[in-house]
Amino acid sequence: MKDLKWKVGGAQGEGIDSTGEIFAITLNRLGYYLFAYRHFMSLVKGGHTNYKVRISSEPINYHGDDLDILIAFDQRTIDENFYELKNNSIIIYDSSKFEAKTPDENVKVTLCPIPLYDFAKELGNSIMKNMVATGASCAAVGLEVTPFLEVIDDIFKKKGEKIINLNREAIQKGFNYFRENYPEIKLDLPDKKGKEKQNLFMTGNEATGIGALNAGCRFLAAYPITPATEIMYNAIANFPKFGGKVIQAEDEIAACMMAIGGNFAGVRSMTSTSGPGLSLMMEALGLAGISETPLVIVDVQRGGPATGLPTKTEQSDINEIIYGSHGEIPRIVITPTTVEEAFYYIQHAFNLSEKYQCPVIVATDMFLGMSKKSVTDLDFERVKIDRGLLLKDDELLKSGTGTFKRYDLSSEFGISPRSIPGQKNGRYVALGNEHEETGYETEDVEMRMKMMDKRMHKLNQFNPEELGVYYSEEDEFETLVIGFGSTHAQINEAQKVLKEKGLKVAHLQLKILHPFPSNIVKEKVEKAQKVFVIENNATGQLRQLIQLEIGAHVKLSSILKYNGNPFTVNEIVDGIIRKV
Amino acid sequence: MVILKDFKVETNPTWCPGCGHYTVLAALQRAAANLGLEPDNMVLVTGIGCSSKISQHFNSYGVHSLHGRALPVATGVKLANHDLTVVAAGGDGDGYGIGVGHFMHTLRRNIDITYIVMDNHIYGLTTGQTSPVSQKGFKSKTSPHGSAEEPLRPLQTAIINGASFVAQAFAGDINQMTRIFEEGIKHRGFSHINVFSPCVTFNKINTFEWFKEHLVNLDEKSDYDYTNKYHALEFLDRHGSIVTGILYQEDRPTYHEVMIGATKTPTSKLDLTIPKEESERLKALFR
Repeated sequence: MKDLKWKVGGAQGEGIDSTGEIFAITLNRLGYYLFAYRHFMSLVKGGHTNYKVRISSEPINYHGDDLDILIAFDQRTIDENFYELKNNSIIIYDSSKFEAKTPDENVKVTLCPIPLYDFAKELGNSIMKNMVATGASCAAVGLEVTPFLEVIDDIFKKKGEKIINLNREAIQKGFNYFRENYPEIKLDLPDKKGKEKQNLFMTGNEATGIGALNAGCRFLAAYPITPATEIMYNAIANFPKFGGKVIQAEDEIAACMMAIGGNFAGVRSMTSTSGPGLSLMMEALGLAGISETPLVIVDVQRGGPATGLPTKTEQSDINEIIYGSHGEIPRIVITPTTVEEAFYYIQHAFNLSEKYQCPVIVATDMFLGMSKKSVTDLDFERVKIDRGLLLKDDELLKSGTGTFKRYDLSSEFGISPRSIPGQKNGRYVALGNEHEETGYETEDVEMRMKMMDKRMHKLNQFNPEELGVYYSEEDEFETLVIGFGSTHAQINEAQKVLKEKGLKVAHLQLKILHPFPSNIVKEKVEKAQKVFVIENNATGQLRQLIQLEIGAHVKLSSILKYNGNPFTVNEIVDGIIRKV
Repeated sequence: MVILKDFKVETNPTWCPGCGHYTVLAALQRAAANLGLEPDNMVLVTGIGCSSKISQHFNSYGVHSLHGRALPVATGVKLANHDLTVVAAGGDGDGYGIGVGHFMHTLRRNIDITYIVMDNHIYGLTTGQTSPVSQKGFKSKTSPHGSAEEPLRPLQTAIINGASFVAQAFAGDINQMTRIFEEGIKHRGFSHINVFSPCVTFNKINTFEWFKEHLVNLDEKSDYDYTNKYHALEFLDRHGSIVTGILYQEDRPTYHEVMIGATKTPTSKLDLTIPKEESERLKALFR
């Protein structure tokens, strides 16, 4: 697979993100497959931010270990990102602001000074330096300027002709300057194999929002929190057209309780959050469990604990998601591995939540939630809405006017038919206390046992493998690599590198953690001589979970990363080679 | 035709004999019957505590939720189906202690629900501790030397922060309480009704007799203007908040009429299918 990696960096608040966006959107429209990763800090202005785009001829889910082109608006960008630059890479930098210094003479990097800021000032607006840089990038990768200008026309449509022309001029200026001054430099883009495509360029959070809408979710209650707020933005933009409602709650406790209220009253409702918010939802999670009210929570994980690394990625909420909340409840924990799966799995989450009348937590992370990729297509028909044992009005009418047994113990698999307020003959109280069949509280010892067993056995009939576990299909292997969620792409690429080095490696990626897909994990682990568990946390939460579920303590070892950044392919390759 | 019996259940409440909550329950049942509400179209959402058990003794749909969290659940229910009559209820510890944040935000949003707080100035179910509205100097197991804290002023808080209906009732006057409940339920928007409902077991200070002796009844003041916030605040201050009646009312849009995604059709009755041209439009947003 041939690819090219491009990055723009500078101080936060300088328009770095929009530079990256315009560059990426244009290439996506031209039919390249992209993956874009945003690195930013928990501040508004200053610091360092960057936007990296990997351009490929095939669909990709990772932005790559190294770099071909770096656009630097300050020296800090060069210092912080130089380690990624390969031999024969280039740095385009703003020579009106600084004289670039490269920290390592051994890496062959061509410096391309361009007075980005001065050009922008000539145009009368210093922020235009971003578009000058975009024009230069366009020339550096050997593209024509027209498609970029078309994107400008589209994006700034609402801002009027003056702004459009300014942006167009800036792009043209950067393009011309680069062509004239660096005619010998042209980094090849991969062959996009012909025509323009209709790929969508979207984040995991956007896919989650659109997926929820397609799942019939019509109520989102949430509190702003990085990196989950984009789900809320997406819902605000797209729910109302379909009558879907969005409320900014006063805190995550309220958000989760509102979602429970919405589900109780028959509307597919969810809340989206990150670790700190999830912690506040723990008591509510228990209420949904004992009252058997459906509930969908999306946790876009970030670096913890407490405020931790609020703008960095981590997979460290797993223990809390699986075990959190006092007492014991049934729950399902899903961990999509790609943007596409974020779209489909949130839909499964709503179906499962109503089928089993229990909370479903979809755990992504900042890397998956906020990175953008070219998605070939989304199939809105694939996951059909299934509302489980939600009673119809006529079914309730037939049942007579006797007291409705919402928690009917004779129900098959412990899942009892559910009514919603407004329906005749379906009255009951959803209760946080232990209760008997009609929903009246009880402390009767036998009833307590029966109700606990009813709830805790509901998921016995659920096969977690039905949601899919990725396995790389090797019949024979010695080394097994296991990951979950967003690490899929890097492990996948690492597996290829390891195979080239002669290792017999298989890859298992978990997309559901609870109930645990024991059968397939056990089968593959038993076949392996060594098992590496890759995860973005410090204590090996998945490794511990595997050990708890299937044993195999001796074979398992962890490769961990918890500095806030996603794994690189090289880190996984190195980590395995050192231990094999 | 709905009658009082329709809102009654067969089980008996577990409250202490003589507890004020019995009258609150009876008044709510009467109000619902007088208004001709359908039990199937009502949801009573409560928090946790003696008073919150009311949801199990009132024949409608109900949620007996978590301590302090009745209001967000009630909000979710109302926004899911605004055709339902939603009443939230709980105690003073539940609403003004652990749940005070939700109280402030629910009232300023003007969610169209009625919130009844059974205020006995003490934590009852946990056997008698100081509450956020216990008077300064009040002695209990958690303030053996007398409470050092100023009591919260829930009615003033509600008025200042935008509640569109604020009233106070007394469990010793079921007729006035019933009428206030009726007005509160009829009111479009958030109605906050604080009810003095004495705890006969643990609060030996704020008893039925004590309230009877101190209460000022607004119904007896013919010149009171309930549309004037300043009037209400001044009146409450003058009488140490020990008053009954409708203190303040205003007409303004309720939340489900103005929120993001507001619809005339209740949310729970929407058709969930997304037509092909709409899914194509959604996809095009990302190209």
